[in-house]
Amino acid sequence: MVKLTGAQAIVEALKKEKTKYVFGIPGGSTLPIYDVFYDSDIRIILARHEQCAAHMADGFARASGVPGVCMATSGPGATNFVTGIATAYMDSSPVVAFTGQVSRKVIGKDAFQEADVIGITTPITKHHFQLKNALEIPKTIWMAFKIASTGRPGPVLVDMPKDVQLESGDMEFPEKVEIRGYSPNYDPHPVQVKRAVKLLMNAERPLIIAGGGVIISGASAELIKLAELLLAPIAITLMGKGCMPEDHPLFLGMTGMHGTPDSNKLVNEADVILAVGTRFSDRTTCKLECFCPEAEIIHVDIDAAEVGKNVKVSLPIIADAKIALQQMYNGLLKKSKKKKSPWFKRTKELTEYIESQKYNDDGYINPIKLMSQLRKTLSLNAIITTDVGLNQMLAALYFKVLKPRTFISSGGLGTMGFGFPAAIGAKVARPDVPVIAIAGDGSFLMTAQDLACSTTENIPVIVLVLDNKMLGMVAQWQRLFYNRRYSSTELKGVPDFVKLSEAFGAEGVRLESIKDLPIIMKRAVKSDVTTVIDVPVSPEANVFPMVPAGAGLNDIMWGEG
Amino acid sequence: MMTDNHIISIIVEHKPGVLYEVSNMFRRRNFNIESITVGSIGKEGLARMTITVRGDEDTVEQVTKQLHKLVDVVKVAKLDPERSVVREMALVKVHVANSNVRSDVIQYANIFRGNVIDVSPDSLMIEITGDSEKINAFIQLIQAFGIKEIARTGITALQRGGKAFRA
Repeated sequence: MVKLTGAQAIVEALKKEKTKYVFGIPGGSTLPIYDVFYDSDIRIILARHEQCAAHMADGFARASGVPGVCMATSGPGATNFVTGIATAYMDSSPVVAFTGQVSRKVIGKDAFQEADVIGITTPITKHHFQLKNALEIPKTIWMAFKIASTGRPGPVLVDMPKDVQLESGDMEFPEKVEIRGYSPNYDPHPVQVKRAVKLLMNAERPLIIAGGGVIISGASAELIKLAELLLAPIAITLMGKGCMPEDHPLFLGMTGMHGTPDSNKLVNEADVILAVGTRFSDRTTCKLECFCPEAEIIHVDIDAAEVGKNVKVSLPIIADAKIALQQMYNGLLKKSKKKKSPWFKRTKELTEYIESQKYNDDGYINPIKLMSQLRKTLSLNAIITTDVGLNQMLAALYFKVLKPRTFISSGGLGTMGFGFPAAIGAKVARPDVPVIAIAGDGSFLMTAQDLACSTTENIPVIVLVLDNKMLGMVAQWQRLFYNRRYSSTELKGVPDFVKLSEAFGAEGVRLESIKDLPIIMKRAVKSDVTTVIDVPVSPEANVFPMVPAGAGLNDIMWGEG
Repeated sequence: MMTDNHIISIIVEHKPGVLYEVSNMFRRRNFNIESITVGSIGKEGLARMTITVRGDEDTVEQVTKQLHKLVDVVKVAKLDPERSVVREMALVKVHVANSNVRSDVIQYANIFRGNVIDVSPDSLMIEITGDSEKINAFIQLIQAFGIKEIARTGITALQRGGKAFRA
């Protein structure tokens, strides 16, 4: 028992959760906590917008696997959190978000800076708490971290009325708390594993679809072992990018709307699909009726509600991916040797497409070339974050990722402006590696004010702005399906990102020629401040291959017309 | 697929906000609640919610899984209607024009094992309990007299037999 104020108890509980960083912005209703932070060892990083603070915590969590913590004041601070929390929720990222709240006696009275943040975030959080009194703080924060980081991870919100922060009490910090409605299941049912082994053994054309769950559970080694044993090619989802080295011979690339032809073709031809840690999003399956109608699907997921939500499966396995894959591998090893099948031969369309791209100097940088050149300038551990749209799909398709947790992207929610703040968070988690945000000119401007955070907090990252002076992905759809009527997609080259960056005390440089990339990157990686590299890209730039909306995985478009 | 009414019985933490959490999930996932009843189960800060859901088997399967995911939901059970007791109560205020009508209504109420619980010069209030079909039948029967008001509780239910939920 120790006598503490609520604010002190919150900070103490954070320390017990080994929290080293809090991303946030203070305000009226978090003053008591920020006052305690003033003397604490926890590093408090001042963001310039609460949305960014949440993305930073998210980027931190995705790069490290450790819960990211962010804090905002009540009302507008809390509502600014919403996009960041929803982003983390859709991509199963362990974020613990703290919000200030007006004092208990005025809750519900529309007090100054009051917002019903619990009501607002209920559908976009894994769980939420509102502190009713100071004594429940140690237990509540223990539960918040536990729930955020176990099972299928996700954001948890803790709402803290100001007077609870000021209230004193004798605090007891428990080692463990019983949460009677929460017990994630990690171990697969042995019978289901046996059935899966049998299905896989008898498969003529087995294929694995690996999603973000593989990365979250740290199952990369198990995945590759199993695939090699089965000689099963692996297609990934966007969230699965990084779950295996992309130079592996069994790697097919991403499947779905911007999937590689190898991947989309083979997914539809497989007779048994082992889907691991994926929720079969519409961007992965495309038209559901055309999604591998012939295949038996084994679905491994830690979240039972994902089984049968979008796609009917033959065999569900509710378990942690790592444990399930290991057990399937063990089961298969005991069986007789697997015969080689002609299935393993792969098409080479994508490689040919990349090689067929001309890199002429029309004053623009070819983004596909840029991705492959960028890979060459970076160490294997370098972390890439992306924004959303053209830049994201170009990076997903053409930047080869080799290690887990080195590709961070807003997959589910598709949040423009995510890349740069996520890069700041990732850099805080991994100060030892270069972190590069691949941004678009539209996306970057949505969160560019946090250049101030990166320069003043000394968190240097690199931002590659694919500057096509367009909202590129929307423009691509307008080009393809709306008769080139560019309704509201022309950004007209404003702002000048080089000057903008300099105004924030960051380095700003323009990539005039792809040849300059190695030297610019070398300098940027060593720089003490954030470097923004403006990359002029043609306003006509598209990303292909692509499956149009409403079509099946096999209806791949390679260009306009 | 058959679209039918299904009864889901859940045990939840008995605290503010849980009803919102549950109903919010239904709205967000595009499920429909036909009826919902809530009451304390008298132990360890728990309450029971009995939810009637309209949908096919797959939908109901999803509903139970999504309910199970909510941290404040401790237990989820789909009730088999064949092996459950399902009850609803209704209060029906009937217009009684004269003493003939009055005695007719009272007779009907007796047949349906209902109780007259309030009397005024031109009305009677009947309390009736049973499964939904019984209540529907009663209401239909006395409609001709003129119903002033109805309040129905929605379904509550328990599995038959000796087994019980333990927290």
